[in-house]
Amino acid sequence: MAYNEAARQHFASELTATREAGLFKDERYIHSAQGAEIEVEFPAGSPPKKVINMCANNYLGLSSHPEVIGAAHEGLEERGYGMSSVRFICGTQDIHRELEESITAFLETEDTVLFPSCMDANAGVFEAILGDEDVIIADRLVHASIIDGIRLCSAHQDSFKHSDMKHLERKLELHQDKRFRLIVTDGVFSMDGDLAKLDEIVDLAERYDAMIMLDDSHATGFIGKTGKGVHEHFGVLGRMDIITTTLGKAMGGASGGCVSGRKELVELCRQRARPYLFSNAMPPVIVAAAQRVVDLISQTTERRDKLEWNAGYWRQGLSDIGFDLRPGESPIVPVMLYNAKLSQDVSRDLFDEGIYAVGFFFPVVPKGQARIRTQLSAAHDKEHLDFALEAFRKVGEKHQILGLKKKDIIARFGA
Amino acid sequence: MSEDMKEMVLEYVREEYVDEDDEDTELDYDTPLISGGLVDSFSMVSLKVFLEKKYHIQIPDAKATPEAFDSVNKIVALVKEYQD
Repeated sequence: MAYNEAARQHFASELTATREAGLFKDERYIHSAQGAEIEVEFPAGSPPKKVINMCANNYLGLSSHPEVIGAAHEGLEERGYGMSSVRFICGTQDIHRELEESITAFLETEDTVLFPSCMDANAGVFEAILGDEDVIIADRLVHASIIDGIRLCSAHQDSFKHSDMKHLERKLELHQDKRFRLIVTDGVFSMDGDLAKLDEIVDLAERYDAMIMLDDSHATGFIGKTGKGVHEHFGVLGRMDIITTTLGKAMGGASGGCVSGRKELVELCRQRARPYLFSNAMPPVIVAAAQRVVDLISQTTERRDKLEWNAGYWRQGLSDIGFDLRPGESPIVPVMLYNAKLSQDVSRDLFDEGIYAVGFFFPVVPKGQARIRTQLSAAHDKEHLDFALEAFRKVGEKHQILGLKKKDIIARFGA
Repeated sequence: MSEDMKEMVLEYVREEYVDEDDEDTELDYDTPLISGGLVDSFSMVSLKVFLEKKYHIQIPDAKATPEAFDSVNKIVALVKEYQD
């Protein structure tokens, strides 16, 4: 037998090393539906405790919205549970195409193709459209799935310092000898919550004859005044060549993603992208619910407006208390603690106070930049935020970090 | 020659990976670049391309490991290996 004692010991020792490096990820069991308030079993075996969730990507609070659940029920009843096929054999229902057309209209692009996830969209899109005469120039902080996708593609790879337009310009100059240049950026960067300088990127793309790909997973549904995304925020609707985004965050939060953009590029993904060709079609239940989400956010901006208010109130509140925040205008508000252990201690103490917010440290973020990443939701009411602010104040006082800036925190706790 | 190359690679790393307003990062010939989190394995590719163009060499992908690129001194040793 190949999985002998030596093999078992080898793999077990890898796990031990992961634990010893402090990188082991324990999952906490949630005993309720996703929402502003959840019941969490932590540590494992403890009775579930009701806490306020400050770390979900449930930006619009639609994960457990009654209308979305209702649409899912209808989709399940009318169109069944599974498709038992990839899209191009016998897995495409009329509702798949309707959802693609609705997303196209919402994002103001030319066409859209659904993927099982945005991870899959990013893994498949580059290889489907570019070859070894081309170059991909990506922001250094793009999502891991983009990096994986770029690695699968034969195009030349390069990168520019995070949001550094001068550096991007130098790279565009350098690669004028290539057939096509594709600039790749996240719309909202998930760890810092800052927005890509998309207006400047559009100018550079025009000047240096480059295409643009935007991953708007942390923006679709709520950034921009009608929630279309970062391209709406910067007034460059219609100027993106490729947008990838997810249905797994603000857009109901179940799963699914897409490539949207120039119709030829979308069609090439449909014909060639391997995660699309070799994965099952999205289940009807998710398609039907996602369609309702697109309908809801196309009808009213009420939820994204509430989210915007919540994010402003929360940011101001934390700042008034004396926390060191990353500046930004998205509902991702990172509370900077710099020291990895401190971020873990603060996260645990917050949980004791009834707040679920996770600490992030190296290698998820650079060394010496540990933080608690808080994320707002339209499901949060002011009462939730006031309760959470009080908990943060209490924990901040306990660790004596209120009013301290980076240098002081590092001086006391180390980087 | 070796000192020139070291200085050249160090300058490239500073220009390419350290933000202009970054006052915290200290960079010398032995600073751990990848294990220290300054250069991620993704942008290591552009470093490899720079070295190959600058010194007219080909570094096989199998040799372009994060370990081999982890400091200016290690990079210079790697480049020398592939020079005539």
